[in-house]
Amino acid sequence: MSERKEDYHQSYEGKIRIPSGCAVAGLINKAGKRVNGRTIGEMMAVMHERSNGLGAGYAAYGIYPEYGKAYAFHLILTDDQTRGEVERILVRNFKIIEQQEIPVRRTGRYKKAPLLWRYFCEPLRPDRESAIEDLLLTTTMRINRMAPRASVMSCGQNLGVFKGVGYPEEIAEFYRIDQYLGYSWLGHGRFPTNTPGWWGGAHPFSLGETAVVHNGELSSYGTNKSVLENFGYELSLRTDTEVMAYAIHYLRRQNLSWPLVAKVLAPPHWAELERMAGPERELVAALRRIYGGLMMNGPFSIIVAFHGGLMALNDRLKLRSLVAGASGADLYLASEEAAIRQVCPRVEEVWSLPAGEALICRAEEESACHVA
Amino acid sequence: MPRSLIPPEFLVARDEGRCLKCKACVRQCGFGVHTDDQGRGISIDERRCVNCQRCVVMCPVGALKVTANPSVGRENAYWPASRLREIWRQAENGGSILTGMGCDRNYPVYFDHLLLNASQVTNPSIDPLREPMEIRTFLGRKPEKVSIAGPPGAERLADPLPPVVQLEIPVMFAAMSFGSISKNVVLALAQAAKRLGIMFNTGEGGMSSVLAPYREHMIVQVASGRFGVDNAYLEAGRIIEIKIGQGAKPGIGGHLPGEKVNEEIARTRGIPAGADAISPAPHHDIYSIEDLSQLIYTLKEATDYRKPIAVKIAAVHNVAAIASGIVRAGADIVVLDGLRGGTGAAPKLIRDHIGLPVELATAVVDRRLREEGIREQVSLVASGGIRSSADLLKLICLGADAVYLGTAALLALGCHLCQKCYTGKCSWGIATQDPSLTRRVDPQWGATRLVNMLTAWGHEIKEFMGAMGINALESFRGNRLQLRAVGLPQNELDQLGVKQAGEAM
Repeated sequence: MSERKEDYHQSYEGKIRIPSGCAVAGLINKAGKRVNGRTIGEMMAVMHERSNGLGAGYAAYGIYPEYGKAYAFHLILTDDQTRGEVERILVRNFKIIEQQEIPVRRTGRYKKAPLLWRYFCEPLRPDRESAIEDLLLTTTMRINRMAPRASVMSCGQNLGVFKGVGYPEEIAEFYRIDQYLGYSWLGHGRFPTNTPGWWGGAHPFSLGETAVVHNGELSSYGTNKSVLENFGYELSLRTDTEVMAYAIHYLRRQNLSWPLVAKVLAPPHWAELERMAGPERELVAALRRIYGGLMMNGPFSIIVAFHGGLMALNDRLKLRSLVAGASGADLYLASEEAAIRQVCPRVEEVWSLPAGEALICRAEEESACHVA
Repeated sequence: MPRSLIPPEFLVARDEGRCLKCKACVRQCGFGVHTDDQGRGISIDERRCVNCQRCVVMCPVGALKVTANPSVGRENAYWPASRLREIWRQAENGGSILTGMGCDRNYPVYFDHLLLNASQVTNPSIDPLREPMEIRTFLGRKPEKVSIAGPPGAERLADPLPPVVQLEIPVMFAAMSFGSISKNVVLALAQAAKRLGIMFNTGEGGMSSVLAPYREHMIVQVASGRFGVDNAYLEAGRIIEIKIGQGAKPGIGGHLPGEKVNEEIARTRGIPAGADAISPAPHHDIYSIEDLSQLIYTLKEATDYRKPIAVKIAAVHNVAAIASGIVRAGADIVVLDGLRGGTGAAPKLIRDHIGLPVELATAVVDRRLREEGIREQVSLVASGGIRSSADLLKLICLGADAVYLGTAALLALGCHLCQKCYTGKCSWGIATQDPSLTRRVDPQWGATRLVNMLTAWGHEIKEFMGAMGINALESFRGNRLQLRAVGLPQNELDQLGVKQAGEAM
């Protein structure tokens, strides 16, 4: 009987887009000091109530300095045969330097976990550095087309996403995130409504150098999707956050700075715009006209990680909680203040993010965060 | 003349007990149904009645009633009364049957199979009375990417964007020419467009000088007859629309009979008074897509690339490929006019048997342009039979940026949809040039009614949006996931790109 239920879930997984509530957390050390993953794990554990055990995950930046400029593909696979198919896609454009099963702690909780694999790859044509983002995009899209048999968790340099079905503390334990040191971390616990979660649908979502965790529901998903489809993005992971990750990836490829990316995702109201000074108004109005279809509508709080920084953003009406806390070189972000106080009881300053205004934090010694 | 064998379509009943013999009905009827019989009362010629309800509404004591004639004989499901009448009429006069307004046949109405979404629990609905709801939209070409100059933190726009037109509600008044409708009606549309912050369209009749104050809200049309097209005309409007076809008569030209071409119409059209104004079926300088491209760039050159160029086509079977060609030919706005689009005059069988419902046309064009990666460059305007704010929003979810309203606008001005626009006898004073009839529409009165209607639609759109938890119109465009369909087979769902009601996100 339980076997049949499993099959049913299997056939359901990845076929339906799941709106979700959630807990999000992020931290960065502005001096570029690498911290153990245990910290983000603790932040998430405090917000246990905000998840329902159907998905959790972490993104870690600065964890693979020993792999130089290699792109780390983290994959969720059903079996070795699928891995073979994925490998054939990868070798079209990449040289695989090293590969291994992502180390996990066998706790007994995950008897039926998928095959979790990572490849460290270098592009076959390193001379075409400018085209690398396109290459990461097309490769990821090709692999994700096989979803739910295969999906890419992350594919950037010196970063990795670890995610799956379970509570945040279970996933932290399973992936042994206490064995990694990163200068910035994202954490997520999911509360998907109405359907079983699946491994590929957990957060963070990542493409290229950015990763995002999201609490909310994107009512604009259909529009965002239809816009991104013009530019080669295929939405195959059936979680609305996927569209956020791709929109950010697209906007960064358009050479928009992070503050301007935020102005596209949560643009000022037209009335606000009319109060702006000439050149700024002109630019922000142009952004809204050109990229209006990438506006994220519906309640959201997001934390975006990129090399050397974090960006946190709320929807234009502030319909989701998001709190920031600063202490020395550490910046913490979380759905709840409790998560910050758990790991930093003497936090110097705590504040709630205003509607639609991005908080962008960069590591001061950005070079320390980049691959040497 | 031999006796007609056609029974009257409508029955006119006068309550003699109520009738004051004031003869209002005699004066009100543009079709001569009521006649003063010089002392013997008022006689009724039912054969002339078009059931426009003017006399019924205007009778001060409510003594009149017009009803459809319940029977013309033994009509049946296969031979409906309308078809019997058409054959009898053709047997009597040998002509193709003319009509006005849009296709009224019982084809599937996709609007009525589509349901909108709303928020519950996982996503809060928004109260439009408390929170800003943005329904502004822009029409015109968009660059592929923004070009930015200046250092981070002090960025500015490097190149100005191509010209666009801003609409405060995603609605415009469709092309209706002075000639097909009266000058007062054109003025009412123009004034309403100005008050609402939207656009109206001159149609192919040229521009009357009375429209000068409304130029900022005017779309000028270049159609196959090129009536009134000169440099001043092109300069006058904010958008130039090349009309290839219209939904009510795809592939068919236009014909304004000489008897309707009075001095003023002749002047605005640039033709002699009394001469027939014939719009050829094709543009005789556009026999292919590259010719269209030449006309688009001719118009852009003539106006220094300061105005978006729209191209309007009737939705036909190959509409997606044609629209793609139009975008690639350089158009900034593509207008799709669907099966239900209205007209001042069209052959009835053409009107009723050619074309594609605008819901399908919008969906397939949006999809095709996305597949080609060019959807974001242009604006898409849907037109043809939009009856309510719900229809409008459904079209935006299917991929339109804005819609044109023709029939709905005329209804707001009093039209009762009798479909006799081509006769020029319109008792409501809309589709006529007879001064005794046209004065029935006062431009300001008409503008206020149009403003009222669209203000109401604006409120409704905001209520829909609030219910869905979406506070900007941009987030609706192409958002098919906010739609679900009831009662449609899978292949129709596929064409619309909409899921079956009951299916989750």
